[in-house]
Amino acid sequence: MAKKDYTKPKKRLFRRRQKQLNRSFAGNSLLFFIMFICGIFMVLPLVMIVNNALKPLDELYQFPPKIFVRNPTLENFSDLFVLMNDSWVPFSRYILNTIIITGGGMVGHVIVASLAAYPLAKHRFPGKNILFSMVVLSMMFSWTVTQIPQYLIISALHINNTYAALILPAWSFGMGLYLMKQFMEQLPDSLMESARLDGANEWQIFWKIVMPNVKPAWLTLAIFQFQQMWGNTGSLFLRDEELKPLQFSLQQITAGGVARAGAAAAVTFIIAAVPITFFLICQSNVLETMTTSGMKD
Amino acid sequence: MDTQEMTVSQEALDIAKKQATLSYQMKRNKASYFMLAPYFILFFFFTVLPVLMSVCLSFTHFNMLEMPTFVGWKNYIKLFLEDDIFMISLKNTLLFAVITGPISYMLCLLFAWIINEFKGKLRAFLTLIFYAPSICGNAYLVWNLILTGDRYGYLNGILLKLDIINEAKLWMQTEKYVLPVLIVVQLWLSLGTGFLSFIAGLQTVDKSLYEAAALDGVKNRWQELWYVTLPAMKPQLMFGAVMQITQSFAVADISINLAGNPSVNYAGATVVTHLLDYGSTRFEMGYASAIATVLFLLMVGTNKLVQKVLGRVGE
Repeated sequence: MAKKDYTKPKKRLFRRRQKQLNRSFAGNSLLFFIMFICGIFMVLPLVMIVNNALKPLDELYQFPPKIFVRNPTLENFSDLFVLMNDSWVPFSRYILNTIIITGGGMVGHVIVASLAAYPLAKHRFPGKNILFSMVVLSMMFSWTVTQIPQYLIISALHINNTYAALILPAWSFGMGLYLMKQFMEQLPDSLMESARLDGANEWQIFWKIVMPNVKPAWLTLAIFQFQQMWGNTGSLFLRDEELKPLQFSLQQITAGGVARAGAAAAVTFIIAAVPITFFLICQSNVLETMTTSGMKD
Repeated sequence: MDTQEMTVSQEALDIAKKQATLSYQMKRNKASYFMLAPYFILFFFFTVLPVLMSVCLSFTHFNMLEMPTFVGWKNYIKLFLEDDIFMISLKNTLLFAVITGPISYMLCLLFAWIINEFKGKLRAFLTLIFYAPSICGNAYLVWNLILTGDRYGYLNGILLKLDIINEAKLWMQTEKYVLPVLIVVQLWLSLGTGFLSFIAGLQTVDKSLYEAAALDGVKNRWQELWYVTLPAMKPQLMFGAVMQITQSFAVADISINLAGNPSVNYAGATVVTHLLDYGSTRFEMGYASAIATVLFLLMVGTNKLVQKVLGRVGE
């Protein structure tokens, strides 16, 4: 008798588990409905950017403005390429600058911030709490007023008008360290303890155990940092035209006024498309790692 | 006599012990300090030092041309006693933060949680759709088209067609509409940093916890959310809260671009628009630094409060 009672709920659980744990059809439908309505609102700017990029000039100036394009054309992009060829510095130079600044700022930040986040999350040492609260508090100070002192410091360090003026400050942004620390905190201590018993040093533990296990975190951080660096025109710290990033030259093109409205629409498209591509690559990787590695204990 | 000697030597022993442990601790954790060094050296130069300099500047008169001159508390006194616009902007900012902060936070969590139900490429795509306003740079400028004050603005057009209003409204030029509209736009923009960190956080929740919870009698997805998911992602919740606070207290760009700076009767003025007004238009850096310092203290206080509330999640 008792045995029968024991197996009954277990069997039901097994059946439900095969569908999906704790999910009802009504609940699913409600949530998907909410998603659909909100999704339309959220995707609006994307739709407009794509449509504007494909609009011929007369449609861009049509009044009242329409969202959807009627006679799509790639004219805007060919206009843009003509303008690019006219630029003061060869356009490939801007692209190279952007790769160095965005890549360097992003990769460096992810590594440096993660490296500092690991001891803050998992080691005990004097000064730990002070250091961490300094980082969190720093995010609450308005950057508008710190820009001037920052400029003075960068000049004093003689890295003004170099890539380093943009890259080095980016390595020490507060958000990245905070994000990484929060994720590393969740890792079970036993994971690191067993590696230590196997004779791994802290450096090895960091690269071989910690980082692979917080891959969703650093991929997300990479997205944030990419966006941040990609949007930087560098006009405050870079004087030489040969050092300026793509963002700067593209914004110069859009500043050209009415005649360049078509090219400007293409620019807006490119400025949005690059981080979106990067975003999609990172996001789909966040998924794959988690489904393939059964890391948690 | 004997006992006194005992206590003295005991005290000395304690101090020696303490010192020994501190230096021993420092030495023992050499690896930790090495790992911290690259970040914190840069952090000191590019963040700590500028912030300290700004705080010092807040006690000076500094117009960026002459050397700063020390004025004591004058900037702060002017800020709270004479600057009426600061009071308006402070009121707007608090209103903004109280409304958009918690709602944005809930929205981030809700959408991240729903999206987490999807699998594969569809999930990445849905994340993109909801993150789109944050990734497209100045995407909020589309609201200018929607809110245009004549019959051709999208919002006016729709409302006229549905006979809800009978003449076009000047949305961003009418005092009573400015703040509500800005709040709506801010909410629309709110699925940013916090949202993505929640998405990533949900990925790291141990799947076996759900099975264990089902055995323990968790019956539906709401219970599962409260008793399993949220406690398991507390670190991300804390992170999201800080990001939300920094965002909702620092609202400025949307106000400047949609309502203008200054806006009609300062209806859209926030602490940061006020700060930008002094910092980048009037070049009164001392005064702007004082505003930044007040804003900073406001955020720190809010953060303390919020972290306390979040500590109770899942209880």
